[in-house]
Amino acid sequence: MSAPKNTTVNRRDFLRYAGLSGTAFVLGISSANATDMSDTVQTLRSAAPDPGYTFTPYIIIEKSGKITLFNSKPEIGQGTFQSIPVLIAEELELSPDQYTVRQTGGESKFGDAQFSGGSFSVRSSYNDMRKAGAAAKEMLITAASQQWGVPASECYAENAKVVHKPSGKSLSYGDLAEAASKLDVPKSPVLKDPKDFKLIGKSIKRQDVPLKVSGKAVFGIDADVPGMVYASVEHCPVFGARLKSYDKTATMNIAGVEQVLEVERVFGVYKSTGVAVIARNYWAALKGRKALKTDWDYQGKDTFSSQAYAQSLRELAAKEGVVDASTGDFDKAFGEAGKQVEAFYETPFVAHSPMEAMNCTAHWKADNKLEIWTSTQVPSDILRDIPALFGLKADDVTLHTAFSGGGFGRRLAIDFIIEAVHLTKAVKKPVKLIWTREDDTQLGPFRPATFSALKGGVSADGKLTAFQHKVIAPTIMSFLNPNNDKTKLDQTMTEGISHQAYEIPNMKNLFVYADIHVPMFWWRSVTSSTLAFSHECFLDELAHAAGKDPMEFRLDMLTKDSDTKRVLQKLKEVSNWDTPLPKGKGRGVAQWDFFAGLGGQVIEVSRRSDNSVKIDKVYAVIDLGTVVNPDTVKAQVEGAVVMGITAAIKNGITFAGGKTEQTNFHDNPVLRINEMPTIEVHILAEGGKAIKGVGEPGLPPVAPALANAIFAATGIRLRKMPFDIDNLKA
Amino acid sequence: MKTYTLTINGKRTTIEAEPDTPMLWVIRDYAGLKGTKFGCGMGLCGACTIHLDGQPVRSCQTPVSTVKATSKITTIEGISANIDHVVQKAWIQEQVPQCGYCQSGQIMSAVALLKSNPNPTDDDIDAYMAGNICRCGTYNRIRKAIHSAAATLKTEAGTVKKSPKQASR
Repeated sequence: MSAPKNTTVNRRDFLRYAGLSGTAFVLGISSANATDMSDTVQTLRSAAPDPGYTFTPYIIIEKSGKITLFNSKPEIGQGTFQSIPVLIAEELELSPDQYTVRQTGGESKFGDAQFSGGSFSVRSSYNDMRKAGAAAKEMLITAASQQWGVPASECYAENAKVVHKPSGKSLSYGDLAEAASKLDVPKSPVLKDPKDFKLIGKSIKRQDVPLKVSGKAVFGIDADVPGMVYASVEHCPVFGARLKSYDKTATMNIAGVEQVLEVERVFGVYKSTGVAVIARNYWAALKGRKALKTDWDYQGKDTFSSQAYAQSLRELAAKEGVVDASTGDFDKAFGEAGKQVEAFYETPFVAHSPMEAMNCTAHWKADNKLEIWTSTQVPSDILRDIPALFGLKADDVTLHTAFSGGGFGRRLAIDFIIEAVHLTKAVKKPVKLIWTREDDTQLGPFRPATFSALKGGVSADGKLTAFQHKVIAPTIMSFLNPNNDKTKLDQTMTEGISHQAYEIPNMKNLFVYADIHVPMFWWRSVTSSTLAFSHECFLDELAHAAGKDPMEFRLDMLTKDSDTKRVLQKLKEVSNWDTPLPKGKGRGVAQWDFFAGLGGQVIEVSRRSDNSVKIDKVYAVIDLGTVVNPDTVKAQVEGAVVMGITAAIKNGITFAGGKTEQTNFHDNPVLRINEMPTIEVHILAEGGKAIKGVGEPGLPPVAPALANAIFAATGIRLRKMPFDIDNLKA
Repeated sequence: MKTYTLTINGKRTTIEAEPDTPMLWVIRDYAGLKGTKFGCGMGLCGACTIHLDGQPVRSCQTPVSTVKATSKITTIEGISANIDHVVQKAWIQEQVPQCGYCQSGQIMSAVALLKSNPNPTDDDIDAYMAGNICRCGTYNRIRKAIHSAAATLKTEAGTVKKSPKQASR
C-alpha cells in the first residue's frame, strides 16, 4: 500500500472548522514543522500590563521575577499544560518551579490554532514555542550585555538569570524585563542543540497534578459567577423530532424554578429545539425538568433502529462505491489468486463519555459583552463562531478556558456553548448549563459505525497479492458541511486504509456512503478506531490462509525500511513473540499508521473456558520521532489502551424507537479497575524529521490485537465490535 | 426550604435547601467546595465520593435531609491543608491524573480503603476501587499509588517497608 500520504491532518482540521461555522474558508493553521516564526514572535509591548513585560504573547515577565507562560492547547488530560510551556521554558532556561502556566482563551494574539485535537498539540508547537523562548532569552541577554557594557557573546542565560561569564555577575530576568521588552524581537533566534536539553525529553512532573489531587483544579463545571442561575434542557431523545408544545405548570411549582423557555441546540447542520428549565439551584432545575410535559412530533423518525440500520449498511455493501486508492490491478490479481478470502466486519456507534459532562457558564451583560467559562478543546472556534452567531465582535467575547474533565473529541464541538449563550441572552443573567449524564450518553454526537467488506488474494507461496477494503459508513462531514457531496469520496471515513506501509502489489480500496440523521463527530482516533479493527483482523485472517505467522506475514510485506517495520520489530522483541505461550493462551498483533501517528500492540489473553477469555497483558509501542515528556506519552498510551478495550468489549451505542438505548454508565459501561490488564509501553523516539502525535495512536491497534489474540487462544474469529469476552461467539 | 446545619471539613455550615437535595450539590454550590464532582447522578461512577463519618459515600445519592448535624463530612479539600496527605503524595509521585476530574473521588475511596485495610493486595484494591470510573484509564497508576501510599504508611508506622514494586502486579 504505497499510495502517497495525504495531508489528512490539515484537511481534517480545515473541514472541521469550515463545517462548524457552515461556511468554507481557508484556515491558517500553523504547520507541524513551521519554520517562520514571524507571527508568533511579535511584540505586544503596548499591551503589556505594568509591571509585566510581554516578550511574545506567550511570555510575561514581571519586575518581581514572576514568569507566566501561556498554553494555547487546552489541557484535556493529555498533558499539554506541561508539555507545551516546557518548550518555551527549555529555551528560556527556566526550571519548572520558576514559571506558572495560564491557559489562553482564544484571544487573537495567540493565533487561530488554540485547540487540542488530532494529536496535534506538541508537534504543531514544538518549533514555534521553542523559538518564542529562544527569542525572549536573546532579548534578555542583549539587555544585560547593554547594561553591563559587555559583548552579548560573553553572557549566557541560566536559571532565570543572565550571567556574565568572565566576571560571574548576574541579573535576574525580573531585573532585565523592562529593558529587554523594549528591544526588537529577533526573527531567527538560535535554538538549543537537543543534546543540551534539560527539560525536553525528561519525565518532568505535571504542574496540573497537585491541583487535581486536591480539588483545586478548576473545571468548566466549577465556574462560579455572582447571580448565576442553573439550567437543564429537555431535548427530545428521538433524533430529528420537533417540539410541538410543552406545559410548564408543574415545573413552575417546583421551589427554586425561575423560568422555562425554548432553546435551540445547533450541531453543524443538526438542530433541535429543547425546553430549558432555569432555576436558582441545579437540583431544582433537574426536578423542574422532570415535571415538564412535552409533546414532540417525531417526524417519522421514531422507527429508526440500529438493527435496521445495520441491515441497510450490509445491503449497501453490494454497491461498487467510489475509489479511495488503487494500485496495480486488484480485480485481475484477486481473480488469479490461489486462495481468495472474503470477510465482512461491523463496528458500532460509541459515545465519548468524558467524566465531566458537557457544561457551560455564560453571562450576557447589559453592555452586550459576553463572558464564557467552559471546558473546551477549541478556544479559537468559540471566539470565531460565537460572535458570528450572535452578532458580536470578537472583542466583545471573553472566554475562560478551564481544565477539561476529558475531551476525546467531544469538546471539539460547541453545541452546548451555543445553548448556554442563547439562555443567558434570554434570561439576562449568568447561566450555568449542565448536561446530565443521560444527556451526554443519549444525545450524541457519536463516533460513526463503519462496516467493512474485505477481499484478499493469497498466492500459492503464501504472499498477499491482492487486497481490498471497502468501507460502508455514514459520514461526519454530512453533519458539519451543509454542502457535503455524498457522491464524492470522504477520506475521513477511509482514514488510513490506503496508507499503511505494507507493500501489496494490487490494491483497490473503496467507499460507500450511507445516510443517517443521528449527529456524529470525531472520537479519539476517529475512523481509525474502527477501520484498524477490520483491516488488521482481516490481515490476520489472510496470514492464517497463507499458513504464516501473523507477525512474519506482516514483516514479509515490509521489505523496505519504514517506521511501521521498526514498530513491528520492536513489538516482536518486547513481547517475546517467538517464544510460544502455554496452552490456553494466545497473542495477537496489530499496528496502525494514520493522521495522528503510529502505534502497534501485542495483546496476550488466556482462555478461561470454552467461550471466555481474560486480557492479561498489552505490549504497546508508539513511534514518535521526538518525545517531550516520556511519562506523559506513557500515560496517554495507557489511557488509549483502556479506551480501546472499552470500545472493543463494552456495549457501544445502539438505537431503538429513534432513541439511544443507553442512558448512563450502567448500560453504557466503561472499563473499571478490576478489568485492567498490565500495560507495558515502549516509546520509539529516535529523532527523524517528523514529530508524531501522542494522544490517539495508542487506540486503533487495541481491538484488532485483542481479537487476533482471542483467535489465537480460542479459534474464534471475531468480526463484529463490540465483542463480549465473557461470552464469545464465533 | 429547610435549614440544615452541617459539619464539613471540621467547619459548621448552615444552609437552606430542599430536603431531597443531594449532598453533592450542597457541598458544591451551597458550601462552595468544588472539588467534589458530578459524574453520573446515579452512584455509578464515584466522582462525587465523600466521607460521612469516615465512611465513603456517593454524595449524589445522599439527600441532605439524611445527614445529621453531628455527622462529620469530609471532602477532598478536607483531607489535607497542604496537599500532603500520604495518598495525595503517592498520586503526585505516580503522576496518576490525566484529566483529573474523577481523581477527587478516587482519592477519597483510596483514603477510606487504606483506613480499613492498610496493606491491600491488588485484588483488595480492585474490589474496593471498582466503583470509581476513570475514563482516561489511569487505573494501573491508581493501583501503584495505593501500594506506594500503603508502603509509606507502613514505614511511618515503623514496620518493615515493603517496596511498592513487589506489591504491584
